[in-house]
Amino acid sequence: MTGKRLWSWFAVALGGLYFLLPLAGMVDFSMRMKRGEYSFEAYRIVLADPQFQQTLGYSVLLALLTIVLGILLVVPTAYFVRLRLPGLRPIIEFITLLPLVIPPIVIVFGYIRIYNTSSVLPLTGTWWGTNLLLLFGYATLALPYMYRSVDTGLRTIDIASLTEAAQSLGAGWARILAVVILPNVFVSVLSGAFLTLAIVIGEYVFAALLNVNSFGPYMVWMGGNRAYEPSALAVVAFAITWACMGLIQIVTRFSRFSTVRR
Amino acid sequence: MAYLDIHHLQKSFGAHRVVKDFTLGIEKGEFVSFLGPSGCGKTTVLRMVAGFETPTLGTIRIGDRDVTGLPANRRKIGMVFQAYALFPNLTVEENIGFGLKVAGEGKAAIARRVGEVLELIGLAQLGSRYPFQLSGGQQQRVALARALAPRPQVLLLDEPLSALDAKIRVSLREEIRRIQQELGITTIFVTHDQEEALSISDRIVVMHQGIADQVGTPFEIYNRPATRFVAEFVGTLNLVDADVVDAASGRVRVGEVAVALNRPLVARAGERISLALRPETVSLGRTEGRDVVLSGRIAEVHFLGSVIRIRVAVGGQVLSLDTFNQPDRPPPAVGVPVEVSIARSDLLVVAA
Repeated sequence: MTGKRLWSWFAVALGGLYFLLPLAGMVDFSMRMKRGEYSFEAYRIVLADPQFQQTLGYSVLLALLTIVLGILLVVPTAYFVRLRLPGLRPIIEFITLLPLVIPPIVIVFGYIRIYNTSSVLPLTGTWWGTNLLLLFGYATLALPYMYRSVDTGLRTIDIASLTEAAQSLGAGWARILAVVILPNVFVSVLSGAFLTLAIVIGEYVFAALLNVNSFGPYMVWMGGNRAYEPSALAVVAFAITWACMGLIQIVTRFSRFSTVRR
Repeated sequence: MAYLDIHHLQKSFGAHRVVKDFTLGIEKGEFVSFLGPSGCGKTTVLRMVAGFETPTLGTIRIGDRDVTGLPANRRKIGMVFQAYALFPNLTVEENIGFGLKVAGEGKAAIARRVGEVLELIGLAQLGSRYPFQLSGGQQQRVALARALAPRPQVLLLDEPLSALDAKIRVSLREEIRRIQQELGITTIFVTHDQEEALSISDRIVVMHQGIADQVGTPFEIYNRPATRFVAEFVGTLNLVDADVVDAASGRVRVGEVAVALNRPLVARAGERISLALRPETVSLGRTEGRDVVLSGRIAEVHFLGSVIRIRVAVGGQVLSLDTFNQPDRPPPAVGVPVEVSIARSDLLVVAA
């Protein structure tokens, strides 16, 4: 092994340790609930907790709805910007980056000020209204990831020619988007969707300030009141995120067709 | 009135006028090529016929219907693109059936028609493949089948052969012509390749700077170019400066040699005009029937295999001539004095 290669492995090992050691510590701690032995007791308690099931179910449902809203919002926007208004791209990119710059707490305070019970549109006054606000808020938070994913996907296909080909065959805009464009950027949409899932499941600020009992506030509550369970919960949340990442890989690899020549 | 009637079409992008005043009538079942260099406006005209661009002025009629303001998806036009533009997520069969599905045809009717056109393009066995599993030539044939499947009124081909290998280009262009004749479909073919246009068209429109310089059969375009641009763009050409001696009788002087063209000229005496002649109409030495004889010296010899292109310096100008290769007669050496002969009827007077 050459010296250069040795140093490369050393750097990889150092980086790996930096990321893995805290995780290993967390897993280790989560399994020490029973004195003197390793056990999954903390996991059993967490998974058996009805609040865990309820909050996780709620967050997953909300995440799925956010993904649907994100797709409906982002795919047509990114498509038309690329096709008809390429000059607008830098502006749209800037707008979609704003949720990374503006803290969620600012956005949620804005929501509360505009949509409180004494406003013209008192969304925070009802269960449906609050959930709708949360959904819109999460769609905003996921915008940078969703837009970039879809835009990158659109870059890999010749959308102008595909659109014109579909038009010459009689297709209207809805069919072009649903049958021609969306399936061809599906893998990109999916990676945006999984990132959205990961963001929504762990989100705390929006849910806490809108007083919604979702998975994020549940994790925080658990962290403040229990010793071993929070670590088990964190491992579970981590596992969900990694499962999402794995799913992206699987779907990408086993996609039936390819937009590029293999 | 012609089946496809393009009437005083104009198109500007900002201050730039890409198509200046384009008028053309295409009969039903005709195969017309738009030939010209990049930026001459040929693709823009095609895209206006397809409905992808809106004309600044002018009208387009198909049959007895004005389609100028009609969106592309309601024009019943089949289009084949240079980059194939097959839908990557659909199989060959699904690609071909796309237009029929949009038109709301039943499953059985779609399957029957897809089978027919797959047979027509000779790819019946590849129906379940995805575009990425096909070669360039196969993809373009599928694109052609897809365009033809919904039985369009007009077929538009936008440089469909440009992305293919030389050999496949030739075979596919012959196939396109065969299918077009078999179906009798009105077709516009855009190309910058003169050989393609000459070989498969009923008529050619040579476009230059947004206007049609000449419209004619391939024979007319090649042998009777109307403008200097057409003469230079289509085929190889010798351009010779000549001074008019007598316009009414068509007498001119090429260098020191007096040539009687025996036809009236639209020029004044003393004016300089351009005479054009194809390399194959110039003979080395004196030849019967070629009565204009010029003396010169061999300047260059290019051996091209079956043809030898010889450039002869004649009175300050250089003439190219083509002769067939003869194994028992090597080409003349550079610098050798020679005579070349031309038939006066082959001398073309080209407008500027």
